[in-house]
Amino acid sequence: MNIYYEGVLASTGINILLALSAYTILATNRLSLGNAGFMAIGAYVSSYLTVNVGWPLFPSIAVAGAAPALIALAIGRPVLRLQGIYFVMVTLAFGEVTRTFFQNFEPTGGAYGMRGMSGVTIEMIYAFVAAFVLLYVAFDRSRAARLTYTLRDDDEAARSIGIDVVAVRLIAFAWGALVAGIAGALFAHYALYIESGNFNFLISASAVLFVILGGVQTFWGAIIGAVVLTLLPEALRFLDAWRLSAYGAILVAMMVLRPEGILTRTLLRRLRRLSPR
Amino acid sequence: MTPLLELRNVSKRFGGLTAVDAVSFSIEAGELVGLIGPNGAGKTTLFNIIAGVYRPSQGQLLHRGDAISMLDPARIAKRGIARTFQNIRLFQSLTVLEHLLVAQTCRGLGLLAELNPLVSGAERTRRKAAMELLELVGLENRHDEIAIHLPYGAQRRLEIARALATSPELLLLDEPAAGLNDTETVGLREMLDALRAQHYTILLVEHDMKLVMRVCSRILVLEFGKLIASGAPAEIQVNPEVINAYLGAEA
Ligand SMILES: Nc1ncnc2c1ncn2[C@@H]1O[C@H](COP(=O)(O)OP(=O)(O)O)[C@@H](O)[C@H]1O
Ligand SMILES: [Mg+2]
Repeated sequence: MNIYYEGVLASTGINILLALSAYTILATNRLSLGNAGFMAIGAYVSSYLTVNVGWPLFPSIAVAGAAPALIALAIGRPVLRLQGIYFVMVTLAFGEVTRTFFQNFEPTGGAYGMRGMSGVTIEMIYAFVAAFVLLYVAFDRSRAARLTYTLRDDDEAARSIGIDVVAVRLIAFAWGALVAGIAGALFAHYALYIESGNFNFLISASAVLFVILGGVQTFWGAIIGAVVLTLLPEALRFLDAWRLSAYGAILVAMMVLRPEGILTRTLLRRLRRLSPR
Repeated sequence: MTPLLELRNVSKRFGGLTAVDAVSFSIEAGELVGLIGPNGAGKTTLFNIIAGVYRPSQGQLLHRGDAISMLDPARIAKRGIARTFQNIRLFQSLTVLEHLLVAQTCRGLGLLAELNPLVSGAERTRRKAAMELLELVGLENRHDEIAIHLPYGAQRRLEIARALATSPELLLLDEPAAGLNDTETVGLREMLDALRAQHYTILLVEHDMKLVMRVCSRILVLEFGKLIASGAPAEIQVNPEVINAYLGAEA
Protein backbone atom coordinates (compact mmCIF):
# COMPACT_ATOMS: atom_id res chain seq x y z
CA MET A 1 0.00 0.00 0.00
CA ASN A 2 1.05 3.56 -0.67
CA ILE A 3 2.75 4.86 2.47
CA TYR A 4 0.66 8.03 2.46
CA TYR A 5 -2.68 6.25 2.29
CA GLU A 6 -1.55 3.80 4.92
CA GLY A 7 -0.71 6.65 7.26
CA VAL A 8 -4.16 8.22 6.77
CA LEU A 9 -5.82 4.85 7.35
CA ALA A 10 -3.81 4.30 10.52
CA SER A 11 -4.76 7.65 12.01
CA THR A 12 -8.39 6.98 11.08
CA GLY A 13 -8.24 3.75 13.11
CA ILE A 14 -6.58 5.45 16.09
CA ASN A 15 -9.11 8.29 15.89
CA ILE A 16 -12.02 5.83 15.93
CA LEU A 17 -10.69 4.49 19.24
CA LEU A 18 -10.23 8.01 20.61
CA ALA A 19 -13.77 8.91 19.54
CA LEU A 20 -15.18 5.81 21.30
CA SER A 21 -13.25 6.81 24.41
CA ALA A 22 -14.70 10.33 24.36
CA TYR A 23 -18.16 8.97 23.53
CA THR A 24 -18.27 6.65 26.53
CA ILE A 25 -17.58 9.47 28.97
CA LEU A 26 -19.83 11.90 27.11
CA ALA A 27 -22.64 9.35 27.20
CA THR A 28 -22.71 9.73 30.99
CA ASN A 29 -23.13 13.49 30.61
CA ARG A 30 -19.49 14.45 31.24
CA LEU A 31 -17.37 16.15 28.60
CA SER A 32 -13.70 15.26 29.07
CA LEU A 33 -11.01 17.35 27.44
CA GLY A 34 -8.27 15.26 29.02
CA ASN A 35 -8.36 12.02 27.07
CA ALA A 36 -5.03 12.83 25.42
CA GLY A 37 -3.60 12.42 28.94
CA PHE A 38 -4.92 8.86 29.14
CA MET A 39 -3.62 8.25 25.63
CA ALA A 40 -0.17 9.55 26.65
CA ILE A 41 -0.08 7.26 29.67
CA GLY A 42 -0.92 4.28 27.45
CA ALA A 43 1.68 5.30 24.87
CA TYR A 44 4.52 5.87 27.35
CA VAL A 45 3.76 2.89 29.61
CA SER A 46 3.66 0.45 26.70
CA SER A 47 6.76 1.98 25.08
CA TYR A 48 8.68 1.78 28.33
CA LEU A 49 7.66 -1.83 28.77
CA THR A 50 8.62 -2.96 25.26
CA VAL A 51 11.76 -0.84 24.81
CA ASN A 52 13.26 -0.54 28.31
CA VAL A 53 11.96 -3.66 30.04
CA GLY A 54 11.86 -5.89 26.99
CA TRP A 55 8.28 -7.09 27.39
CA PRO A 56 6.45 -8.57 24.42
CA LEU A 57 3.97 -6.32 22.62
CA PHE A 58 0.58 -7.67 23.71
CA PRO A 59 1.06 -7.72 27.47
CA SER A 60 2.43 -4.19 27.13
CA ILE A 61 -0.70 -3.07 25.28
CA ALA A 62 -2.84 -4.67 27.99
CA VAL A 63 -1.00 -2.75 30.71
CA ALA A 64 -1.31 0.39 28.57
CA GLY A 65 -5.08 -0.02 28.89
CA ALA A 66 -5.08 -0.95 32.57
CA ALA A 67 -2.79 1.87 33.77
CA PRO A 68 -4.94 4.85 32.69
CA ALA A 69 -8.07 2.98 33.78
CA LEU A 70 -6.65 2.62 37.30
CA ILE A 71 -5.68 6.28 37.34
CA ALA A 72 -9.21 7.19 36.21
CA LEU A 73 -10.65 5.08 39.05
CA ALA A 74 -8.34 6.79 41.51
CA ILE A 75 -9.16 10.37 40.48
CA GLY A 76 -12.72 9.68 39.31
CA ARG A 77 -14.72 10.01 42.50
CA PRO A 78 -13.97 13.65 43.30
CA VAL A 79 -13.57 14.69 39.66
CA LEU A 80 -16.85 13.19 38.43
CA ARG A 81 -18.71 15.03 41.17
CA LEU A 82 -18.04 18.16 39.12
CA GLN A 83 -20.35 18.97 36.24
CA GLY A 84 -20.43 21.09 33.13
CA ILE A 85 -17.60 23.53 32.62
CA TYR A 86 -15.92 22.56 35.94
CA PHE A 87 -15.45 18.98 34.83
CA VAL A 88 -14.20 20.20 31.44
CA MET A 89 -11.59 22.43 33.11
CA VAL A 90 -10.34 19.77 35.51
CA THR A 91 -9.93 17.14 32.79
CA LEU A 92 -8.24 19.69 30.57
CA ALA A 93 -5.80 20.43 33.37
CA PHE A 94 -5.26 16.69 33.87
CA GLY A 95 -4.33 16.30 30.19
CA GLU A 96 -1.90 19.20 30.28
CA VAL A 97 -0.30 18.07 33.56
CA THR A 98 0.18 14.60 32.11
CA ARG A 99 1.73 15.99 28.95
CA THR A 100 4.19 18.23 30.83
CA PHE A 101 5.00 15.35 33.15
CA PHE A 102 6.18 13.25 30.22
CA GLN A 103 7.97 16.23 28.76
CA ASN A 104 10.13 16.33 31.88
CA PHE A 105 10.24 12.71 32.94
CA GLU A 106 13.73 11.48 32.00
CA PRO A 107 13.16 7.68 32.26
CA THR A 108 10.84 7.96 29.24
CA GLY A 109 13.07 10.29 27.28
CA GLY A 110 11.83 13.63 28.59
CA ALA A 111 11.84 16.32 25.92
CA TYR A 112 13.68 13.99 23.50
CA GLY A 113 10.78 11.60 23.33
CA MET A 114 11.02 7.85 22.90
CA ARG A 115 11.98 5.64 19.99
CA GLY A 116 12.64 1.99 19.42
CA MET A 117 9.02 0.82 19.49
CA SER A 118 7.75 -1.38 16.69
CA GLY A 119 5.49 -4.26 15.84
CA VAL A 120 2.08 -2.65 15.30
CA THR A 121 0.87 -2.92 11.70
CA ILE A 122 -2.11 -1.30 10.06
CA GLU A 123 -3.87 -4.68 10.16
CA MET A 124 -3.30 -4.88 13.88
CA ILE A 125 -4.77 -1.41 14.43
CA TYR A 126 -7.91 -2.44 12.60
CA ALA A 127 -8.07 -5.75 14.45
CA PHE A 128 -8.24 -3.70 17.64
CA VAL A 129 -10.80 -1.33 16.13
CA ALA A 130 -12.93 -4.31 15.07
CA ALA A 131 -12.64 -5.89 18.51
CA PHE A 132 -13.75 -2.69 20.25
CA VAL A 133 -16.59 -2.08 17.82
CA LEU A 134 -17.82 -5.61 18.56
CA LEU A 135 -17.62 -4.88 22.29
CA TYR A 136 -19.64 -1.71 21.81
CA VAL A 137 -22.23 -3.54 19.70
CA ALA A 138 -22.53 -6.22 22.38
CA PHE A 139 -22.82 -3.64 25.15
CA ASP A 140 -25.38 -1.65 23.20
CA ARG A 141 -27.58 -4.75 23.03
CA SER A 142 -27.19 -5.53 26.71
CA ARG A 143 -29.75 -4.41 29.23
CA ALA A 144 -27.00 -2.45 30.98
CA ALA A 145 -26.82 0.01 28.06
CA ARG A 146 -30.28 1.29 28.90
CA LEU A 147 -29.15 2.00 32.45
CA THR A 148 -26.33 4.21 31.23
CA TYR A 149 -28.73 6.25 29.06
CA THR A 150 -30.51 7.41 32.21
CA LEU A 151 -27.31 9.17 33.35
CA ARG A 152 -27.19 11.22 30.20
CA ASP A 153 -30.77 12.35 30.78
CA ASP A 154 -31.42 12.93 34.48
CA ASP A 155 -29.32 11.96 37.49
CA GLU A 156 -32.01 12.59 40.05
CA ALA A 157 -34.59 10.48 38.24
CA ALA A 158 -31.96 7.76 37.76
CA ARG A 159 -31.19 7.71 41.48
CA SER A 160 -34.89 7.54 42.27
CA ILE A 161 -35.08 4.15 40.55
CA GLY A 162 -32.05 2.78 42.38
CA ILE A 163 -29.31 3.44 39.84
CA ASP A 164 -25.97 4.11 41.52
CA VAL A 165 -25.04 7.03 39.27
CA VAL A 166 -21.65 7.53 40.92
CA ALA A 167 -20.56 3.94 40.31
CA VAL A 168 -21.87 3.75 36.74
CA ARG A 169 -20.19 7.03 35.84
CA LEU A 170 -16.91 5.90 37.41
CA ILE A 171 -16.91 2.66 35.43
CA ALA A 172 -17.62 4.56 32.21
CA PHE A 173 -14.81 7.03 32.96
CA ALA A 174 -12.34 4.20 33.58
CA TRP A 175 -13.44 2.37 30.44
CA GLY A 176 -13.00 5.54 28.39
CA ALA A 177 -9.48 5.89 29.84
CA LEU A 178 -8.73 2.26 28.96
CA VAL A 179 -9.74 2.71 25.33
CA ALA A 180 -7.65 5.91 25.07
CA GLY A 181 -4.67 4.13 26.65
CA ILE A 182 -4.83 1.32 24.11
CA ALA A 183 -5.13 3.86 21.30
CA GLY A 184 -1.95 5.45 22.69
CA ALA A 185 -0.07 2.14 22.76
CA LEU A 186 -1.07 1.34 19.17
CA PHE A 187 -0.09 4.84 18.08
CA ALA A 188 3.33 4.63 19.75
CA HIS A 189 4.20 1.26 18.25
CA TYR A 190 2.95 2.22 14.82
CA ALA A 191 4.50 5.71 14.64
CA LEU A 192 7.82 4.32 16.02
CA TYR A 193 8.55 7.62 17.75
CA ILE A 194 6.62 9.61 20.34
CA GLU A 195 7.11 12.89 22.14
CA SER A 196 4.91 14.60 24.70
CA GLY A 197 3.68 17.08 22.07
CA ASN A 198 1.84 14.23 20.32
CA PHE A 199 -0.64 14.19 23.18
CA ASN A 200 -1.62 17.82 23.35
CA PHE A 201 -4.98 19.39 24.11
CA LEU A 202 -6.00 19.40 20.42
CA ILE A 203 -6.08 15.59 20.45
CA SER A 204 -8.58 15.63 23.32
CA ALA A 205 -10.62 18.35 21.65
CA SER A 206 -10.81 16.60 18.29
CA ALA A 207 -11.90 13.35 19.96
CA VAL A 208 -14.87 15.25 21.40
CA LEU A 209 -15.47 16.94 18.05
CA PHE A 210 -15.69 13.54 16.32
CA VAL A 211 -18.46 12.56 18.71
CA ILE A 212 -20.39 15.82 18.53
CA LEU A 213 -20.31 15.98 14.73
CA GLY A 214 -20.98 12.28 14.29
CA GLY A 215 -23.80 12.27 16.82
CA VAL A 216 -23.71 11.82 20.59
CA GLN A 217 -26.71 9.50 20.83
CA THR A 218 -25.07 6.29 19.62
CA PHE A 219 -21.49 5.05 19.42
CA TRP A 220 -21.90 4.65 15.64
CA GLY A 221 -22.06 8.43 15.51
CA ALA A 222 -18.63 8.64 17.16
CA ILE A 223 -17.20 6.22 14.61
CA ILE A 224 -18.70 8.05 11.65
CA GLY A 225 -17.48 11.37 13.03
CA ALA A 226 -13.94 10.06 13.40
CA VAL A 227 -13.89 8.64 9.87
CA VAL A 228 -15.41 11.71 8.20
CA LEU A 229 -13.30 14.25 10.06
CA THR A 230 -10.04 12.35 9.55
CA LEU A 231 -10.60 11.80 5.84
CA LEU A 232 -12.09 15.22 5.10
CA PRO A 233 -8.84 17.24 5.37
CA GLU A 234 -7.13 14.67 3.14
CA ALA A 235 -9.91 14.84 0.58
CA LEU A 236 -9.56 18.63 0.57
CA ARG A 237 -5.82 18.58 -0.24
CA PHE A 238 -6.53 19.72 -3.81
CA LEU A 239 -7.54 23.09 -2.32
CA ASP A 240 -3.96 23.72 -1.19
CA ALA A 241 -3.82 26.88 0.90
CA TRP A 242 -7.62 27.02 1.24
CA ARG A 243 -7.77 23.54 2.71
CA LEU A 244 -8.08 24.49 6.38
CA SER A 245 -10.55 27.29 5.68
CA ALA A 246 -12.72 24.90 3.69
CA TYR A 247 -12.45 22.30 6.47
CA GLY A 248 -13.55 24.86 9.04
CA ALA A 249 -16.42 26.05 6.85
CA ILE A 250 -17.67 22.49 6.37
CA LEU A 251 -17.57 21.85 10.14
CA VAL A 252 -19.58 24.98 10.81
CA ALA A 253 -22.07 24.08 8.08
CA MET A 254 -22.50 20.56 9.49
CA MET A 255 -23.08 21.92 12.99
CA VAL A 256 -25.66 24.41 11.72
CA LEU A 257 -27.48 22.01 9.42
CA ARG A 258 -27.49 19.06 11.79
CA PRO A 259 -26.73 20.15 15.36
CA GLU A 260 -27.66 16.73 16.73
CA GLY A 261 -24.87 15.13 14.68
CA ILE A 262 -24.83 12.97 11.56
CA LEU A 263 -26.36 9.91 13.19
CA THR A 264 -29.23 9.97 15.68
CA ARG A 265 -31.09 7.18 17.45
CA THR A 266 -34.20 8.00 15.43
CA LEU A 267 -32.27 7.75 12.16
CA LEU A 268 -30.73 4.47 13.32
CA ARG A 269 -34.17 3.05 14.14
CA ARG A 270 -35.42 4.08 10.71
CA LEU A 271 -32.44 2.44 9.00
CA ARG A 272 -33.06 -0.76 10.99
CA ARG A 273 -36.70 -0.80 9.88
CA LEU A 274 -35.64 -0.37 6.24
CA SER A 275 -33.16 -3.21 6.30
CA PRO A 276 -34.84 -6.56 5.58
CA ARG A 277 -34.55 -9.14 8.33
CA MET B 1 -45.76 -4.31 64.97
CA THR B 2 -43.10 -1.93 63.62
CA PRO B 3 -44.58 0.57 61.16
CA LEU B 4 -43.45 0.53 57.52
CA LEU B 5 -42.19 4.08 57.82
CA GLU B 6 -41.71 6.17 60.92
CA LEU B 7 -40.56 9.78 61.24
CA ARG B 8 -39.42 10.97 64.63
CA ASN B 9 -39.08 14.66 65.17
CA VAL B 10 -37.74 15.31 61.68
CA SER B 11 -36.66 18.84 60.74
CA LYS B 12 -35.03 20.39 57.72
CA ARG B 13 -33.57 23.88 57.70
CA PHE B 14 -32.42 25.81 54.65
CA GLY B 15 -30.33 28.61 56.10
CA GLY B 16 -32.72 30.51 58.35
CA LEU B 17 -35.84 28.86 56.94
CA THR B 18 -37.26 25.81 58.68
CA ALA B 19 -39.02 24.03 55.82
CA VAL B 20 -39.90 20.96 57.90
CA ASP B 21 -40.29 21.48 61.63
CA ALA B 22 -40.14 18.56 64.09
CA VAL B 23 -42.51 16.31 62.17
CA SER B 24 -43.42 12.89 63.59
CA PHE B 25 -45.79 10.32 62.10
CA SER B 26 -45.82 6.73 61.01
CA ILE B 27 -47.36 4.78 58.17
CA GLU B 28 -48.54 1.18 58.44
CA ALA B 29 -48.33 -1.26 55.55
CA GLY B 30 -51.38 -1.05 53.28
CA GLU B 31 -52.41 2.48 54.24
CA LEU B 32 -53.13 5.24 51.73
CA VAL B 33 -52.20 8.39 53.59
CA GLY B 34 -52.79 11.90 52.28
CA LEU B 35 -50.38 14.74 52.99
CA ILE B 36 -51.95 18.15 52.44
CA GLY B 37 -51.06 21.73 53.17
CA PRO B 38 -50.79 25.13 51.49
CA ASN B 39 -48.03 25.83 48.96
CA GLY B 40 -44.65 26.12 50.62
CA ALA B 41 -45.78 24.09 53.64
CA GLY B 42 -42.85 21.70 53.20
CA LYS B 43 -44.53 18.69 51.58
CA THR B 44 -42.01 18.24 48.78
CA THR B 45 -39.15 18.82 51.20
CA LEU B 46 -40.55 16.07 53.41
CA PHE B 47 -40.67 13.75 50.37
CA ASN B 48 -37.09 14.61 49.53
CA ILE B 49 -36.04 13.76 53.08
CA ILE B 50 -37.79 10.38 52.97
CA ALA B 51 -36.36 9.67 49.50
CA GLY B 52 -32.81 10.42 50.65
CA VAL B 53 -32.32 13.54 48.54
CA TYR B 54 -31.92 15.66 51.68
CA ARG B 55 -30.42 14.69 55.02
CA PRO B 56 -32.69 15.82 57.84
CA SER B 57 -31.16 18.59 59.94
CA GLN B 58 -32.53 16.77 62.96
CA GLY B 59 -34.63 13.72 63.79
CA GLN B 60 -34.83 10.11 62.69
CA LEU B 61 -36.32 8.15 59.83
CA LEU B 62 -37.06 4.46 60.29
CA HIS B 63 -37.99 1.99 57.57
CA ARG B 64 -39.24 -1.25 59.13
CA GLY B 65 -37.38 -0.17 62.25
CA ASP B 66 -34.03 0.49 60.49
CA ALA B 67 -32.55 3.99 60.54
CA ILE B 68 -32.44 5.23 56.93
CA SER B 69 -31.68 8.94 57.19
CA MET B 70 -28.06 8.43 56.09
CA LEU B 71 -28.93 6.49 52.91
CA ASP B 72 -28.67 8.04 49.43
CA PRO B 73 -31.66 8.04 47.04
CA ALA B 74 -30.51 4.92 45.15
CA ARG B 75 -30.28 2.91 48.40
CA ILE B 76 -33.68 4.18 49.51
CA ALA B 77 -35.16 3.07 46.19
CA LYS B 78 -33.51 -0.32 46.56
CA ARG B 79 -35.12 -0.68 49.99
CA GLY B 80 -38.51 -0.34 48.32
CA ILE B 81 -39.40 3.32 48.71
CA ALA B 82 -40.26 4.81 45.31
CA ARG B 83 -41.30 8.34 44.44
CA THR B 84 -42.62 10.54 41.67
CA PHE B 85 -41.61 14.15 41.12
CA GLN B 86 -43.81 17.21 41.40
CA ASN B 87 -42.03 18.54 38.29
CA ILE B 88 -42.07 15.57 35.94
CA ARG B 89 -38.62 14.05 35.40
CA LEU B 90 -38.64 11.54 32.56
CA PHE B 91 -35.62 10.31 30.58
CA GLN B 92 -35.63 12.15 27.28
CA SER B 93 -33.88 9.48 25.23
CA LEU B 94 -35.94 6.51 26.44
CA THR B 95 -39.22 5.11 25.18
CA VAL B 96 -42.20 4.54 27.45
CA LEU B 97 -41.46 0.83 27.84
CA GLU B 98 -37.75 1.45 28.40
CA HIS B 99 -38.60 3.64 31.39
CA LEU B 100 -40.10 0.63 33.09
CA LEU B 101 -37.37 -1.77 31.99
CA VAL B 102 -34.65 0.39 33.59
CA ALA B 103 -36.71 0.84 36.73
CA GLN B 104 -37.22 -2.92 37.06
CA THR B 105 -33.48 -3.37 37.58
CA CYS B 106 -33.79 -1.41 40.84
CA ARG B 107 -34.07 -4.45 43.08
CA GLY B 108 -31.91 -6.58 40.77
CA LEU B 109 -28.28 -7.59 40.91
CA GLY B 110 -26.82 -4.44 39.39
CA LEU B 111 -24.86 -3.51 36.30
CA LEU B 112 -22.84 -6.73 35.99
CA ALA B 113 -25.92 -8.94 35.94
CA GLU B 114 -27.43 -6.64 33.33
CA LEU B 115 -24.33 -7.15 31.17
CA ASN B 116 -24.69 -10.92 31.21
CA PRO B 117 -26.42 -11.97 27.96
CA LEU B 118 -27.12 -15.42 29.41
CA VAL B 119 -29.79 -14.08 31.77
CA SER B 120 -32.12 -13.39 28.88
CA GLY B 121 -35.15 -15.39 30.00
CA ALA B 122 -35.59 -12.73 32.64
CA GLU B 123 -35.94 -10.11 29.92
CA ARG B 124 -39.14 -11.67 28.55
CA THR B 125 -40.71 -11.88 32.01
CA ARG B 126 -39.75 -8.28 32.65
CA ARG B 127 -41.27 -7.07 29.40
CA LYS B 128 -44.49 -8.86 30.27
CA ALA B 129 -44.57 -7.33 33.73
CA ALA B 130 -43.79 -3.91 32.27
CA MET B 131 -46.62 -4.20 29.75
CA GLU B 132 -49.00 -5.13 32.57
CA LEU B 133 -47.99 -2.00 34.46
CA LEU B 134 -48.52 0.06 31.31
CA GLU B 135 -52.01 -1.41 31.05
CA LEU B 136 -52.66 -0.37 34.65
CA VAL B 137 -51.84 3.24 33.77
CA GLY B 138 -53.43 3.06 30.31
CA LEU B 139 -50.27 3.47 28.24
CA GLU B 140 -49.96 0.01 26.71
CA ASN B 141 -50.65 1.32 23.21
CA ARG B 142 -47.92 3.93 23.41
CA HIS B 143 -45.12 1.73 24.77
CA ASP B 144 -42.82 2.38 21.79
CA GLU B 145 -43.06 6.18 21.84
CA ILE B 146 -40.34 8.47 23.17
CA ALA B 147 -41.71 9.30 26.61
CA ILE B 148 -41.26 13.06 26.52
CA HIS B 149 -43.45 13.23 23.40
CA LEU B 150 -46.46 12.03 25.40
CA PRO B 151 -49.15 14.51 26.48
CA TYR B 152 -48.82 15.89 30.00
CA GLY B 153 -51.33 13.63 31.72
CA ALA B 154 -49.77 10.55 30.17
CA GLN B 155 -46.33 11.66 31.35
CA ARG B 156 -47.65 11.87 34.92
CA ARG B 157 -49.06 8.36 34.65
CA LEU B 158 -45.76 7.10 33.25
CA GLU B 159 -43.92 8.55 36.24
CA ILE B 160 -46.18 6.53 38.50
CA ALA B 161 -45.67 3.41 36.40
CA ARG B 162 -41.91 3.90 36.51
CA ALA B 163 -42.02 4.14 40.29
CA LEU B 164 -44.20 1.01 40.44
CA ALA B 165 -41.72 -0.85 38.23
CA THR B 166 -39.16 -0.71 41.03
CA SER B 167 -41.51 -3.06 42.97
CA PRO B 168 -41.87 -0.66 45.87
CA GLU B 169 -43.61 -1.32 49.15
CA LEU B 170 -44.07 2.39 49.77
CA LEU B 171 -45.00 4.82 47.03
CA LEU B 172 -44.55 8.60 47.44
CA LEU B 173 -46.70 10.55 44.96
CA ASP B 174 -46.08 14.30 44.73
CA GLU B 175 -49.15 16.06 43.31
CA PRO B 176 -50.02 13.45 40.66
CA ALA B 177 -53.21 15.33 39.70
CA ALA B 178 -51.48 18.67 39.12
CA GLY B 179 -52.22 19.93 35.62
CA LEU B 180 -54.65 17.11 34.81
CA ASN B 181 -58.06 17.82 33.31
CA ASP B 182 -61.26 16.37 34.84
CA THR B 183 -61.31 13.14 32.82
CA GLU B 184 -57.63 12.56 33.54
CA THR B 185 -58.25 13.15 37.26
CA VAL B 186 -61.02 10.56 37.24
CA GLY B 187 -58.58 8.16 35.56
CA LEU B 188 -56.02 8.88 38.25
CA ARG B 189 -58.59 8.27 40.99
CA GLU B 190 -59.49 4.91 39.50
CA MET B 191 -55.82 4.07 39.32
CA LEU B 192 -55.29 4.97 42.98
CA ASP B 193 -58.28 2.81 43.89
CA ALA B 194 -56.75 -0.05 41.92
CA LEU B 195 -53.40 0.42 43.67
CA ARG B 196 -55.07 0.46 47.05
CA ALA B 197 -56.91 -2.74 46.16
CA GLN B 198 -53.50 -4.27 45.40
CA HIS B 199 -52.35 -3.29 48.93
CA TYR B 200 -49.73 -0.79 47.93
CA THR B 201 -48.78 1.59 50.72
CA ILE B 202 -49.01 5.16 49.46
CA LEU B 203 -48.19 8.60 50.78
CA LEU B 204 -50.03 11.07 48.56
CA VAL B 205 -49.37 14.81 48.33
CA GLU B 206 -52.27 16.43 46.55
CA HIS B 207 -54.12 19.74 46.31
CA ASP B 208 -57.28 18.25 44.82
CA MET B 209 -59.29 17.94 48.08
CA LYS B 210 -62.09 15.91 46.54
CA LEU B 211 -59.56 13.35 45.38
CA VAL B 212 -57.72 13.23 48.71
CA MET B 213 -60.92 12.95 50.76
CA ARG B 214 -62.15 10.13 48.53
CA VAL B 215 -59.13 7.86 48.30
CA CYS B 216 -57.22 8.39 51.56
CA SER B 217 -57.87 6.50 54.77
CA ARG B 218 -55.94 9.04 56.82
CA ILE B 219 -54.78 12.58 56.23
CA LEU B 220 -51.81 14.55 57.58
CA VAL B 221 -51.89 18.34 57.44
CA LEU B 222 -48.72 20.38 57.19
CA GLU B 223 -48.50 24.14 57.64
CA PHE B 224 -45.25 26.15 57.76
CA GLY B 225 -43.36 22.87 58.15
CA LYS B 226 -45.36 21.77 61.20
CA LEU B 227 -47.79 18.89 61.37
CA ILE B 228 -50.98 20.58 62.58
CA ALA B 229 -53.46 17.75 62.24
CA SER B 230 -53.78 14.05 61.50
CA GLY B 231 -56.88 11.92 61.20
CA ALA B 232 -59.64 10.41 59.07
CA PRO B 233 -60.95 12.55 56.18
CA ALA B 234 -64.21 13.30 58.05
CA GLU B 235 -62.27 14.60 61.08
CA ILE B 236 -59.91 16.69 58.98
CA GLN B 237 -62.78 18.34 57.12
CA VAL B 238 -64.21 19.78 60.33
CA ASN B 239 -60.90 20.49 62.11
CA PRO B 240 -60.89 24.23 62.90
CA GLU B 241 -57.09 24.56 62.63
CA VAL B 242 -57.12 23.02 59.16
CA ILE B 243 -60.00 25.20 58.00
CA ASN B 244 -58.10 28.17 59.35
CA ALA B 245 -54.87 27.22 57.57
CA TYR B 246 -56.67 26.88 54.27
CA LEU B 247 -58.81 29.98 54.65
CA GLY B 248 -55.69 31.86 55.74
CA ALA B 249 -53.86 30.66 52.66
CA GLU B 250 -56.70 31.65 50.35
CA ALA B 251 -57.36 35.04 51.89
N1 LIG C 1 -33.45 23.43 48.19
C1 LIG C 1 -34.04 24.43 48.87
N2 LIG C 1 -33.32 25.49 49.30
C2 LIG C 1 -33.90 26.50 49.98
N3 LIG C 1 -35.20 26.55 50.28
C3 LIG C 1 -35.98 25.53 49.87
C4 LIG C 1 -35.44 24.41 49.14
N4 LIG C 1 -36.46 23.56 48.87
C5 LIG C 1 -37.57 24.11 49.39
N5 LIG C 1 -37.30 25.29 50.00
C6 LIG C 1 -38.26 26.13 50.72
O1 LIG C 1 -38.89 25.33 51.68
C7 LIG C 1 -40.27 25.65 51.78
C8 LIG C 1 -41.10 24.42 51.54
O2 LIG C 1 -41.07 24.10 50.17
P1 LIG C 1 -41.73 22.79 49.59
O3 LIG C 1 -41.29 21.64 50.36
O4 LIG C 1 -41.45 22.76 48.12
O5 LIG C 1 -43.28 23.07 49.83
P2 LIG C 1 -44.56 22.36 49.24
O6 LIG C 1 -44.14 21.16 48.47
O7 LIG C 1 -45.40 22.04 50.43
O8 LIG C 1 -45.25 23.38 48.37
C9 LIG C 1 -40.51 26.77 50.80
O9 LIG C 1 -40.46 27.98 51.48
C10 LIG C 1 -39.37 26.65 49.83
O10 LIG C 1 -39.04 27.89 49.27
MG1 LIG D 1 -44.39 20.68 46.52
